[in-house]
Amino acid sequence: MIRLLKSREALLVAVIIALTALIASRFPAFIAPANLVNVFTDTSPLIILAIGQAIVILTRCIDLSVASNLALTGMVCAMVNVAYPDLPIPVIIGMALMLGAALGAINGILVWKLTIPPIVVTLGTLTIYRGIIFVISDGAWVNAHEMSASFTGFPRAEILGLPVLAWLAILTAATFFVVIARTPLGRSFYAVGGNPNASVYAGINVGRTQFWAFVLSGMLAGLTGYLWVARYSVAYVDIAKGFELEVVAACVIGGIAIAGGAGTVMGAILGAIFLGIIKNALPVVGISPFWQLAISGAAIVIAVAFNARAGRAKGRIILKKAEAQAQGATAS
Amino acid sequence: MSQPALNTTEAQDTPVLRLAGITKTFPGVKALNEVSLELYPGQVTALIGENGAGKSTIVKVLTGIYRADGGTISVDDRQVNFTSAEDATAAGITAIHQETVLFDELSVAENIFIGHAPRGRFGLIDTAAMNARAQGILDRIDAPLTASTPLKDLGIANKHLVAIARALSVDARVVIMDEPTAALSQKEIEELYDLVGRLKAEGRAILFISHKFDEIFRIADRYAVFRDGEHVGAGLMANVTEGDLVQLMVGRSVDQIFPAREAKIGAEVLRIEGFAHPTEFDDISLMLNAGEILGFYGLVGAGRSELMQAIFGITKPSAGTLHIGGEARTIHSPADAIANGIVYVPEDRGKQGAVLGLPIFQNVTLPSLSQTSKRGFLKLANEFALAREYTERLELRAAALDQDVGNLSGGNQQKVVIAKWLATKPRVIILDEPTKGIDIGSKAAVHSFMAELAAEGLAVIMISSELPEILGMSDRVIVMREGLIAAELARDELSAETLVRHAAGIGAPS
Amino acid sequence: MTDITARQIPDRLQSPVLKAFKSWETLLLAVAIAIFITNSFLSPYFLNAWNLSDATFNFTEKAMIAFAMALLIVAGEIDLSVASIIALASTAMGWALQFDVGVVPLVLIGLGTGLVCGAFNGFLVTGLGLPSIVVTIGTMSLFRGISYIILGDQGFRGYPSEFSYFGQGYVWWVISFEFVLFAVLALLYYMLLHRTNFGRAVYAIGNNPTGALFSGIRVARVKFILFLLTGLMAGVAAICLTARLGSTRPTIALGWELEIVTMVVLGGVNILGGSGTIPGVVIAAFVMGLVTFGLGLLNVPGIVMSIFIGCLLIGVIALPRLWSMWRA
Repeated sequence: MIRLLKSREALLVAVIIALTALIASRFPAFIAPANLVNVFTDTSPLIILAIGQAIVILTRCIDLSVASNLALTGMVCAMVNVAYPDLPIPVIIGMALMLGAALGAINGILVWKLTIPPIVVTLGTLTIYRGIIFVISDGAWVNAHEMSASFTGFPRAEILGLPVLAWLAILTAATFFVVIARTPLGRSFYAVGGNPNASVYAGINVGRTQFWAFVLSGMLAGLTGYLWVARYSVAYVDIAKGFELEVVAACVIGGIAIAGGAGTVMGAILGAIFLGIIKNALPVVGISPFWQLAISGAAIVIAVAFNARAGRAKGRIILKKAEAQAQGATAS
Repeated sequence: MSQPALNTTEAQDTPVLRLAGITKTFPGVKALNEVSLELYPGQVTALIGENGAGKSTIVKVLTGIYRADGGTISVDDRQVNFTSAEDATAAGITAIHQETVLFDELSVAENIFIGHAPRGRFGLIDTAAMNARAQGILDRIDAPLTASTPLKDLGIANKHLVAIARALSVDARVVIMDEPTAALSQKEIEELYDLVGRLKAEGRAILFISHKFDEIFRIADRYAVFRDGEHVGAGLMANVTEGDLVQLMVGRSVDQIFPAREAKIGAEVLRIEGFAHPTEFDDISLMLNAGEILGFYGLVGAGRSELMQAIFGITKPSAGTLHIGGEARTIHSPADAIANGIVYVPEDRGKQGAVLGLPIFQNVTLPSLSQTSKRGFLKLANEFALAREYTERLELRAAALDQDVGNLSGGNQQKVVIAKWLATKPRVIILDEPTKGIDIGSKAAVHSFMAELAAEGLAVIMISSELPEILGMSDRVIVMREGLIAAELARDELSAETLVRHAAGIGAPS
Repeated sequence: MTDITARQIPDRLQSPVLKAFKSWETLLLAVAIAIFITNSFLSPYFLNAWNLSDATFNFTEKAMIAFAMALLIVAGEIDLSVASIIALASTAMGWALQFDVGVVPLVLIGLGTGLVCGAFNGFLVTGLGLPSIVVTIGTMSLFRGISYIILGDQGFRGYPSEFSYFGQGYVWWVISFEFVLFAVLALLYYMLLHRTNFGRAVYAIGNNPTGALFSGIRVARVKFILFLLTGLMAGVAAICLTARLGSTRPTIALGWELEIVTMVVLGGVNILGGSGTIPGVVIAAFVMGLVTFGLGLLNVPGIVMSIFIGCLLIGVIALPRLWSMWRA
C-alpha cells in the first residue's frame, strides 16, 4: 500500500500519458510538438497557481481568493502600464509579486492573528478583491491597444522555442521544489498540516507558517495576474472568474490531501497538466467545450474518492500476526 | 502519616534546573499549585503521582508548551522564561513526550532535526549533513533505522526510537522522559534503561515519569511526588520504600480507597463467543453476569478498548457472536448497543464521552431523547428532570444544569458521562479507565457508585490499567495481551504479581 | 474528602430571556434596524411598501437555502454546490418544457432534481466518508457543468404562465408568494433545529461528531438527511428563481453559494459547526437584503455591494475577536 501511495505521481503520469495517447491515436495532430507547447503554455497559469494552492492546502488551509487576487493584480498592472508605458517589465513583475503577496498577507494575517477559518477569510476576500477591481477601473476594460507592446509581448516572447510564460511556470516549479524540500519553512508546511499539535512541541509556530503559505500563494497569484492580462491583452473585472475552483481541482487531482500534511508540489503540477490536456483536447476531439466544467467536476469527485480510499485508516495493529502481515506487505 | 526523608539533598550537588512556586490553572481545575522541583546533573529523578496529579502539565510548562501562571524556572540559577518550545530547547531542556509528536510525511532525519536542521549553502537545509548526523544519533542508541526512511513506514516501537533520537539531537542538559516505557516491549525497555544509564554518565539531568514502581526503584536516584497538582514530597530513592511512595501519592493507605462490598452475582447478561477483528483482537470469548464487576487488565494498547468498542458497535468484528440474556443479537451501531442495554463510558472523555460544547442536561439526555420528548419534539422540563435525577445521584458539582460540560473539572465531566448512561437504564455498563485523570475525591465517588450499580444488579465491565483499582473493585479479571485473552482470574486468584505477569507475558515464577 | 454532599443544582443560571438579550441575534437585529433607519433617511424611495416588497426578492430565495445550509454548517459540514443545483434543477425544468408538462410536474421535477443532487452529495460525504468542502466544490462544477452540456450558450424560455406565480405572484397586497414561503420555511426550520430531537442531534454532531456517535446518534443518517434537505431547498429556490426570471440559462444563480454561506455566517452560525440559530439567519437575510436594496437605491453597482458583503462576512467574525484581544 505504501508503494502505491508513493507512486501516486507515477500513476498520474501514467494516466496523463494514456490520455494523451488515446487522443493521439485518433487525432495525431494533438501530439505535434507545436501543439504540445501550446497546451503547456496554456496550462502554465494553472500550474503556477496550483503550486501556491498546494502549499496552502498542505497547511490545512484553503485559498479561494487566488482568482480574484490574480484579476486585481492584473488590472493594477494593466492600469500602471497605461499610465506609465515606459516602466520596464521587471518593475511591473516586481510590483505584481509584491501586490499579490500583500493581498495574500491580508488573508494570512486574518487566519494567523484572528484565527478566522481560512475558508471564511478567503470567501470574503474573494468578493472584496474582485469588487475593488470595479472600484479602481470603474468597470471599464483595459484593451490591447492601450497596453504597451513590451507589456503584452513579454509572456509570449520565445526562448528556445518555449514562450516566457511556460518558462516561468517551469522556473516557479523548480524554485518551489527547492523551497519545499530544502528550507525549514518548506518542511514546516508539512509539519503544520500533518500534526499541528506536534508542531507546537517542535517549536514551529502554526499560525505563522500558515501566514507564509498565504503570502506565497498570493505572490504567485499576483505574478499570474500580470502574465494573464498580458497574454490575453485585456483586463476587466471578470477575468479568471471561478478559476480558483480549477486550481483547487488541480491540487485535489494531484493528490494533495485536503486535510493537510500530505501531497507533493509535483502532484499539483501533474493535476494541473491533466486538467490542461482535457481542456485543450475537447475541441480537438470534437466535444463541445461546454463539457469541460462537468468533466473537471467529475475529475475532482473521483480524485477525492480515490485519495480517501488510499488513505483510509485500517485500525490499530495490535495482533502479532497482523503486524507480521503488515510488515510483510511493506517489505514486498 | 510519616514523611519519608524530605529535602535530604546532598551538599556537593547543585541542581541544574530549579522550579519554584509554579502554578497553572485551567478552567475548572488548578492543575499545578505552587509546585517546586529540582533536577541534578548525572541523576535520574522519578516524578511520581497518580493520573491527574499534574505530571503532564509540569512537563508542558518545562518544555514551553504551556506558560505557568506564576512561579519561576531557573537553569543554573539563572531565571529563564519560556514563551515557546524553541526557548526551552535553547535553554537545554528536551523531552520525550507521551504522545508521539512526530510527522508521518517527513523522513526520520527530518523528524529528528525539525526546527534545528543543519544549514548549508544559501541557508538551505543540508540534507546530506542532516542525514549523517541523524544516522550518528540513531547508531548511538542502537536504533536499527536508516535516517532517510519516511517516518510513515515505521512501526510504533521504531517511532519511539525516533522520538528519543530527536530529544538527543540537541545537546540537552535536561532530558524529560514522560512514561517512555509505556508502549515498549521488555527487550526495548532494557535498551531504554541502558540509554538512561549512558545519559546519566554524560552528566545530564533526567526527569523520568513512570507509573511502574519496579522501574523507578531500578533506575531513579531521586524522587518527587505530586498529588492533586501539589508537590508533596521529594528525596533520595535510597531512603524510601514502595509503601512510603504510595502513601505520599494517595495521601492515605491503599486499602481504604475501595468500598467494601459483597457481590451478589446473578444470571448471565452478556456472552461473547469467538469475537475477532483483522488487526485488533482475536478469539475473544467471555461471559458477564448481573451484579458482577468484571475487570479488564492489560498494558496500554493490549486491545481492551478496541474490543469494547466492537461490543458497543463502533467497529465491526469480523467473526463471533454476541448474546444478551441468552439471545443472539447483532449490533451495528452504538444506537443498537444502547437499545440492547449496553453502554460504554469511553476513556477519551473530551472526544468520545462528552459533548463539551453542550450543556450538562443536554449531554445527559442525548441518548434518552426518545424518552423525554413527545413525537420527536423536545420537552425541556422532562430533560431537566431526568438530568437532575441522575446528576444528583452522582453528586455532580456544577453551577447550573445549563452550564457547558466543557467548563467542568475532569471528575465532574466523567460524572456527567456516567449519568448520561444510567439515564438509559442499561443492563451492561462498560467503563474504560473510568478514573483516569480525575481527582481523588471524584475517584472515590466513581468507585463507590460502581459498587452501588453492581449491587442493583447491573453488569459492569471495568477496563483499568491501575492495579489497585483492578484489585480493589473486580469480582473477576480478564487480562488481555496483544489482542488476546491472556488469563481469566477469579477474585481469590488475584494478586498484583499474577496480573502483571500475565499482562507482560512473563511466565509464572517457578 | 468526606464533605461531598448532594445539593440542589439550579436548572439555569440566568433566564433564557436575559441570555437572548445578550446574544448575537440581538446585536444583529440592532444592526438591521440601524440600516433600515439609515436607508429611510438616505433615500426618499425607501419607505414605500412596493419598493420594500420588491426588496425582499433580494434575499428570499437565498434565505430558503440558507436555512438548510445553516443546519448543515451547524452539523460541521458545508454544501458549496447549492447554486449549481439551482442551475441543474432549472435546466431540468426547462428541458421538460418540450413535453408540454403542466405546472405540477414542473415543480416535481425541480424538487426531484434538488433531492437527487442532495442525495448524491450526501452519499459521497456520508457513504464514502469524503470531506464535504472538496466534494461539493467538485459537484459544484459537475452540476453546473451538466447544465452547460444541455444548454450550451442557449437558454430555455416559455414557462407556463401559471408557473410564474411562484416567482411573481402575490398572496395579498404587497406580500409576495416568495415572502410567504420564506416565512413558512423559516418557521419550519426554526422548529426543526430548536424544538426537535433531530435538531438536538444536529448540535451534538456539530460540537463533537465522535461524542455524538458514542452517544448513540446515527451521525451518518442525520448528515445525509441534511444534505437531502439542502438539495431540496435548492430545488425550491430553483422553482422560485426560474419562475421569477421566466427563463433558464446555465449561468443562473452564479456565485450564490458564497452569498448563502455569508448569510449563514453573518447570522451567527459558527463555520466550524456546533452553534447557530435560525432567527440569526433570518435577521442576517434581512440585513443583506436591506443593504443591497439601500445601496441599489443610491445607484451603487452590485459588485461594489459585494465588497460590503465580503467585509461584513469577515468583519462579523473578526470584530468580536479583535474586541476580546484588545480587552485582554
